Amino acid sequence: MAITASKTAALDSPLYAGRRRRNAIAKGLALAATIFGLGWLVLILGVLLYQGIGGLSLSVFTENTPPPGAAGGLLNAIMGSIVMTLLAVVIGTPIGVLAGTYLAEYGRHDKLSSVVRFINDILLSAPSIVIGLFVYEILVAPMGHFSGWAGAVALAVIVIPVVVRTTEDMLTLVPDTLREAAASIGLPRAHMIVRIAYRAAQAGIVTGILLAIARISGETAPLLFTALNNQFFSMDMSAPMPSLPVVIFQFALSPYAEWQKLAWTGALLITVTVLGLSILARSLTSARKS
Amino acid sequence: MASGERDVSEVALKGASAPAAASASRAAVLRRLRLTDSIFHGLTRGASLAVLALLSGVIIALIVGAAPALGTFGFGFLFDESWNPVTERFGALAPIFGTLVTSFIAMLIAVPVGLMVAFFLTELCPKVLRRPIGIAIELLAGIPSIIYGIWGLFVFAPFLQQYVQPFFIGAFENVPVLSTLFAGPPYGIGMFTAGLILAIMVLPFVTSISRDVFDAVPPVLKEAAYGVGCTTWEVFRYVVLPFTRVGVIGGFMLGLGRALGETMAVTFVIGNAHHVSASLFAPGTTISASIANEFTEAVGDLYTSSLIALGLILFFITFIVLAIARYMLLRLQRQGR
Repeated sequence: MAITASKTAALDSPLYAGRRRRNAIAKGLALAATIFGLGWLVLILGVLLYQGIGGLSLSVFTENTPPPGAAGGLLNAIMGSIVMTLLAVVIGTPIGVLAGTYLAEYGRHDKLSSVVRFINDILLSAPSIVIGLFVYEILVAPMGHFSGWAGAVALAVIVIPVVVRTTEDMLTLVPDTLREAAASIGLPRAHMIVRIAYRAAQAGIVTGILLAIARISGETAPLLFTALNNQFFSMDMSAPMPSLPVVIFQFALSPYAEWQKLAWTGALLITVTVLGLSILARSLTSARKS
Repeated sequence: MASGERDVSEVALKGASAPAAASASRAAVLRRLRLTDSIFHGLTRGASLAVLALLSGVIIALIVGAAPALGTFGFGFLFDESWNPVTERFGALAPIFGTLVTSFIAMLIAVPVGLMVAFFLTELCPKVLRRPIGIAIELLAGIPSIIYGIWGLFVFAPFLQQYVQPFFIGAFENVPVLSTLFAGPPYGIGMFTAGLILAIMVLPFVTSISRDVFDAVPPVLKEAAYGVGCTTWEVFRYVVLPFTRVGVIGGFMLGLGRALGETMAVTFVIGNAHHVSASLFAPGTTISASIANEFTEAVGDLYTSSLIALGLILFFITFIVLAIARYMLLRLQRQGR
């Protein structure tokens, strides 16, 4: 009897009530913050769908970007984006995978690796506009004109650190017993890496490449003054090349209603592509985990 | 080891019988294997050196490009507000100011909100919802910045102009400091809007890193705290947060690095005005927005070089911030082991 009395007294004490109140407030705030965060996602995607889906038609994929005031599509921009993205992946992936291999397999603990790892992390989050300036300095300025090559190289510079990072992470996850087993039957190290480690880390490495594609397909800043833009369909890599993000940038800031509409449609296309790629990448890794 | 080598050579020989020929070709095979091995080693080493070269290349290219402007204006470049292509007088004060102010606004909002979301995800959220909500927050990070830009320009800025900014201006009209911070006509675009959009972009970074480090707290610590009667909030505030302090700060720094260098979202809504203004509602500019807006139109070497010098300053600032972030996260990793 006395115990329960003191217990209820303790529960009712102002100190305890205050702590409980603070706890409830904190929980409420956390819930509110989460709803706030998710709200933006819903809001942005909602507006994007609402504004972009109306402009979606076949002509978007079959016609080139129009002059002001006319109807048209985004064909040249889409093609330009695809070509530059693919080239960037072709240039960036081998370098990235090899460097990641060095970090995980040959130099896991040496000094060079820790420096490279650090530098790579810096590159990973370096402002992309600075990458654009860099490529402008080394390619556009010496060549004297903007070009699709420069755009692809700028994107490749962004691809490399992403691929290095995921390759290293995924190779580190491969159990050492696999490596030891391979070595014990006399497989040379290079063969062990290519045939055993790569195969075991395959899904992860592919995920890294997908994430890199997702990252660069929305990049605008590094293309602004490397590939520039082009009103016409062009597969000439040494000439200025249009790309979806740059066209969106230009069209959205224009005063023409048709251009703005196309910009929204382009924005929807990019977002769907990017989110699709990152969900695909995620499902690849989670399928492996389970 | 010896038997291993023989296995390889036997496989490679595919049934050769004469022992002499076998040992000769076995040596050849071993030589070839050793060669491919060292070639592959060299390739991977070369690729990782290429990553180093890349960063040094960026730094060198920026310094070379910025040299004319820095040579002309000297250190005064950092503190000069003027930006006049006609008289060719350039200064970085306004862009630096804009970059710092917008990033500060972004962090001011994203840090507490991000922490609370991470708190919710790790301590309160039902297990079933944990993964979907986590993924949704991360999708927010995946949306390309140009989308934030176009959304900010057409949807968010008009909304702020119509409802939020007039309210702030009215509410703080007679409050001494705040009336200067929230002064002037509500343009919709400006540093305030840019800061808010950056906050939305940085939020997922802060959240996902905080969540990861919170998850790494040993359950024993939390259980002990619950055992002595702590509430959920107290466990978070007095056990989880202090334990993960270093990692959380590392996460903030990563987010800050992104906010400082973010280009497209800001370029759409900042207004590109080279002014240092006390009012947050005034249009301004940031380093990245100046470069994005003006680089292709810059005539004259000095103009171009000044923009590259801006890029160099930005790179320098983000480099320091990111280096601190990595150092902090690395320390946490070591501590965790």
